[in-house]
Amino acid sequence: MEKDKVPQDQSNLTKNNVKELLYATDENGNYTTTLSTGWEPKTIALSNSIDEINERIADAKQQVLNGEASPIVYFMEINKMDLTILSSYVGFWKWRVKRHFKPSVFATLSDKILQKYADAFEVSINELKNSITK
Amino acid sequence: MELNFTHHQSAHCENGVASNLLKNSGLNISEPMVFGIGSGLFFVYLPFIKVNYAPAISYRTLPGQIFNKVATRLNLKIKRQKFSSQSNANKALDENLKNNIPTGLQVGVYNLSYFPDEYRFHFNAHNLVVYGKTETDYLVSDPVMETVTTLTHEELNKVRFAKGAFAPRGQMYYPIQIPTNVDLKSAIIKGIKNTCRDMLAPMPIVGVRGIKFVSKQIRKWPIKHGTKKANHYLAQMVRMQEEIGTGGGGFRFIYAAFLQEASVVLGNEELKELSKEMTKIGDSWRDFAVEASRIYKNRSAKEDAYNTIADELLDIANREEIFFKKLKKAIS
Repeated sequence: MEKDKVPQDQSNLTKNNVKELLYATDENGNYTTTLSTGWEPKTIALSNSIDEINERIADAKQQVLNGEASPIVYFMEINKMDLTILSSYVGFWKWRVKRHFKPSVFATLSDKILQKYADAFEVSINELKNSITK
Repeated sequence: MELNFTHHQSAHCENGVASNLLKNSGLNISEPMVFGIGSGLFFVYLPFIKVNYAPAISYRTLPGQIFNKVATRLNLKIKRQKFSSQSNANKALDENLKNNIPTGLQVGVYNLSYFPDEYRFHFNAHNLVVYGKTETDYLVSDPVMETVTTLTHEELNKVRFAKGAFAPRGQMYYPIQIPTNVDLKSAIIKGIKNTCRDMLAPMPIVGVRGIKFVSKQIRKWPIKHGTKKANHYLAQMVRMQEEIGTGGGGFRFIYAAFLQEASVVLGNEELKELSKEMTKIGDSWRDFAVEASRIYKNRSAKEDAYNTIADELLDIANREEIFFKKLKKAIS
C-alpha cells in the first residue's frame, strides 16, 4: 500500500481521537509508517458485530421478560461475555452456570452465589434480580 | 514516580512492547524487525473454536511467542512471571518500578478505559508497558496508542486479572540481560526460515493450506449457515485481518517492511524484490476485505458473491505459496 493511498475514513476511532499506525511505502518504494483515522470496510465489519451484540441483548431481555431465562443471561450479553468467559469470572463449571440460566433455578440461588454474578457484572444483587422486570 | 521511558507507537501491541522495551535497554530494534525475527506471520483456521460466535481465524502466532523467539534468536534473557494472588502481582510490579525497570504486562482489553467502547472486547492477549506510578494511577505506554496514557490502580488490577481464554494471570515480563553485540543476521535467517516452514506446513488448517481451506469453506457458508450467519463470519474474518494491531493486510505490510530492512542487513537484493511482492499480496488482502465488506454491507448474500471472494482468497493463497517457496530459496 502506498502512503498517500492509506485510507482516512471516519470510524469509531475518530470520536476518541485515536489513530492507528499502518505500514506503507513512500514515493521511492521504501517502507515507512503513517497514521490512519479508519477504513470503511473495517468500520462496517465492526458495526456488524455491534448490531449482532445488540440483537443478542434484545433477545435476552425478551427471554427474561417471558420467563424463559434468568437475568444472568441478559447481564452476560450486555457485558459482551459468553458462557466460557462468564464461567471463568464466577469460578463455576459451565454446566452450573447454564443451570443458573433457568429462572426456576435462579430463584433458589443463595446470596453468596448471586454475589459472584453481581461482582462479575459489577452490579448489586438487587440490580441483578430486579433491573429488567421493573 | 516516573521512569525514563520513550514511547513509540506501533501497529501491533506485542511487537511494539518488545521493541519499546528493547530500545529502552539500548538495543535499537524496529517493530518489523521484532515481528520478522520472532516469526509472527502465520495463518490458522480453527473452525471448532468460536470467537464472538464465529470460527477462529488468526493471522499471527500465539501470544508471547514473538517476543520469546526474538529473545532466543538474539540471545536475550527475558524474565516472565505469573501470579495467583493479586496483591503479590501488585507488589512485584511496584518493586520493579522502584528498581527502575519499565515492565511489560499482558492484559485484557475489556477494562482498558482509554479504548473506544466499541473496541472493548474480552480479548486477553493485549500488551502494554507500565513505566511509573502516582498516588492514584499507573503510567502506561500502550504501543497502539499515539501517546502515553494512565490507568487507575484498580483498573490496572482488573486488566491484569481479566478472565477467559489466555487469561493473563497478572503476567509481567522484562529483559534482564542484553548482550552488547547481537547477531542480527543469523537471527533474521532463522526467523524467515521458521515463517516459511509455518506458511508451507503440510497441515490442512495452517499456513497457505489453511487459507485454501477457508476459501473452500466460504463457498459453503451461505448455504450451510444462512445469509445472516455467513455475513457475520465474514465480518469477523475481516476484523481479525484488519483491526488495530495488524498494520493492515493481515500483517503482510509489516512483514514486507521487515523484508526490506532484512535485505539491507543481509546485503541481499532478492529480499528487496520479495518485499515488493509481499506488498502486492498485502494489497490483495485489502481488496479482499473491500469485496467482503460489500457483501455484509448489503446483507443480501448471493451465492455468487461468496464464490467471487472465495476465488480471490484462493488466488492469494496460490501467490503466497509461490512467494514463500521463493523466500525460502532466497536465504538458503
